[in-house]
Amino acid sequence: MSKERVFEGVKVAEFAWVAVGPQIGRTLAEHGATVVRIESHRRPDLLRLASPHKDFQPGIDRSAFFAMLNTNKYGISLDISKPEGKGLAKKLIAWADIVTESFSPGTMKALGLDYEEAKKIKPDIIYASTCMQGQYGPHSAHGAYGDQLMALSGFTGLTGRPDGEPGMPPLAYTDFIAPWYLVTAIIGALLRRRKTGKGMYLEQSQYEAGATFLAQGILDYTVNGRVVNCMANRDPNAAPHGAYPCKGEDRWCAIAVFTDEEWAAFREVIGTPEWTKDSRFTTFYGRKQNEDELDRLVTEWTTNYTAEQVMTLMQANGVPAGVVYTIEDVFNDPQMKHREHFVYLEHPVIGRHAYHNEASRFSKTPPDFRKAAPCLGEDNEHVYKEILGLTDDEIADLLVAGVITTDADLPGGGHF
Amino acid sequence: MNDSDGGLLSSYRVLDLSGEKGFLCGTILGDFGADVVKIEPPGGDPARSIGPFYKDITHPEKSLYWFALNTSKRGITLNIEAPDGREIFKRLVKTADFVIESFAPGYMDSLGLGYPTLERINPGVVMTSVTPFGSTGPYAHYKAPDMVVWAMGGFMSTCGEPSEPPYRVSIPQSYLQGSLHAAMGSMIALYHREVTGEGQRVDTSIQEANFFFTEEAMPVWDLWRYNWQRAGPGASIPRAADIGPLWMRLLWPCKDGYVNIFLVGGAQAGLVRSSAAVVEMANKEGMAENLRGYDWSTHDASQISQEERNKIEEAIIAFLRTKTKQELYQAALEKGIVLAPLNTIKDIVESPQLAAREYFVEVQHPELGDAIAYPGAPVKLSDVPWRMSRRAPLIGEHNGEIYQGELGLTKEELARLKTAQVV
Repeated sequence: MSKERVFEGVKVAEFAWVAVGPQIGRTLAEHGATVVRIESHRRPDLLRLASPHKDFQPGIDRSAFFAMLNTNKYGISLDISKPEGKGLAKKLIAWADIVTESFSPGTMKALGLDYEEAKKIKPDIIYASTCMQGQYGPHSAHGAYGDQLMALSGFTGLTGRPDGEPGMPPLAYTDFIAPWYLVTAIIGALLRRRKTGKGMYLEQSQYEAGATFLAQGILDYTVNGRVVNCMANRDPNAAPHGAYPCKGEDRWCAIAVFTDEEWAAFREVIGTPEWTKDSRFTTFYGRKQNEDELDRLVTEWTTNYTAEQVMTLMQANGVPAGVVYTIEDVFNDPQMKHREHFVYLEHPVIGRHAYHNEASRFSKTPPDFRKAAPCLGEDNEHVYKEILGLTDDEIADLLVAGVITTDADLPGGGHF
Repeated sequence: MNDSDGGLLSSYRVLDLSGEKGFLCGTILGDFGADVVKIEPPGGDPARSIGPFYKDITHPEKSLYWFALNTSKRGITLNIEAPDGREIFKRLVKTADFVIESFAPGYMDSLGLGYPTLERINPGVVMTSVTPFGSTGPYAHYKAPDMVVWAMGGFMSTCGEPSEPPYRVSIPQSYLQGSLHAAMGSMIALYHREVTGEGQRVDTSIQEANFFFTEEAMPVWDLWRYNWQRAGPGASIPRAADIGPLWMRLLWPCKDGYVNIFLVGGAQAGLVRSSAAVVEMANKEGMAENLRGYDWSTHDASQISQEERNKIEEAIIAFLRTKTKQELYQAALEKGIVLAPLNTIKDIVESPQLAAREYFVEVQHPELGDAIAYPGAPVKLSDVPWRMSRRAPLIGEHNGEIYQGELGLTKEELARLKTAQVV
């Protein structure tokens, strides 16, 4: 079984920040690409300021959220707004096969580092831009975060009770759709370049990537004029279908009964109480008509058992059920352990902490988690000397000129 | 290569055996140009019975769910459980670059069509499996419709009011997440194949795909042993134990719905400007007077008391309730406020931004005498088209094209296979 890294020799210059852009480089790096992450102390990645920080102490190298999205990368500190910084950025573009950037639209153009300029330096460059609403269009310049985008792209409004307040978590859902599409396309572009020698430009609106996950609802509107609303946990094709409270504090188990066989098995698991023989509940139609009452009766049973017991009893009899896992539960889940989902790396400041494995296992080319996320500027020496060929004197001059940034260049504070 | 008119992946062939757990995987590759052949059991895929339906007519050729997730595929029917069907499938594997399946773990092996067999037939083939929990492990055989695997991905526990059950997203998401990771994994394997000639097995877990978007909730548990809480329309921000978490509103009620605003400040200059602009708008109308001149750069979510935060929020809510979400979004666009309206699907379809970018694409459905608008490209490509090359296939639509045209079966052989219910 060969274990070589898939993207060995592929070079990426990453001008990206926050979540979407860095995850592209991370995935490529985990499969062997050499990724140089260009950052600056003067405008630090917002995720470096975001919790959780080691020991609740903010600090530029202390955020584990930042760290988990930046595995295996070389990190340098470089002020690309200064002419010498721009010059070095161009050298990195000339070195690279792929450029990624995730700044506000127009930022790279203003710096003279956009695709048109990059192509002059490296004609076959593959250049990927990703931002919230795309590089053009009337709303493209509006800056916001993934949390706002989750509302804009419809997901927030589809979570909760139809008559309640939206139950949106403070998490940026589309940030975890957009990057995987872009990696897929970038690999296609690499393959095309192998065959044709041509590079290309890839442009992503994270709003648009996210909306592909609403396709069936969009068609329901464009065809039938129907606007899908929140349905709490109801499903048109199943009953019972919900998250039911179980023994313990705030413990829940999802149960989803679609077919007659599953209903028969469900009845058996709960001991075939009288109500299950009531004509209101013996047919799917009846259960749908009396779903509030059905949910109440199911709850009467589930509250006697732990969520894990409910899941195990149901699944052992062919009834779909799953514990509503807290994050702690996911860490302890036997299946996630079996899959070795959590990868632990030693970070120079944070110490040993958890990173994601991928969602896929590769029989011949498993990813390789070899380096925790870089501290800001951690790999300056390696990159400036080994990749860009600078001498110690040149590096010293760049430090003095503030082109290579240091902790002294950090803005104050760190909270928001 | 067909560079001028084909898509990014136009030289690749996908055999798509998947059910709904894996539909989107082949569609992604197909919309990027791959030749995807959807293989359904005779009579059609069971997911054709899932609504919504075209004009609400319940019919296997009118499922909008099927339409939405099977664009850019040709379709054949084949019973791979029948010996003849298996042999035909093996012949198709010879020219395939990918095989995608989402059967219960072990099913393909039980038919003698597991990866070792496919590898013998075609050493370069990439076989991708999309299953709820991956192909092995203690829960690998658990039944998992959307909500079950969604629940076990961790995200659902963070959605909803603390006093209510956790909620899923009402348009099922989990299989789409799994399929997207499967498409990415398939491409990683394809790249390896193009370099080395060697195919491999890609085994994707929907549960793991779902776990990614818990984002900082994962390191928050890892470092701080704090379980992310359901917090309704806001966030319960974890903080050091001596002051405890801060509840901070993120979704703000307005006249006709909700808007999402980050009303914070601190070291982030953009957020300071944004929050100050909200207060200024309110002050202009004689509201939120208690916040006039508030220095947002001193706002520190890691230290502020809940009481002080509540006072800020109450003043802002009173103002926002006088405005519609479109009025607020317009102001946000003009003043750079970190705000977005809580959109419905109607709002999305009618978005001027998406219209200006020609996001939605019309796909012809000749047998319906109609063209339907679909959500478009997840990535725009400069030199090659991204396109939905065709609407989802009808049942067995391309049987003739593939079985006779490609495999060279005679009309009589095809008729015999039909009678034997192999196709």
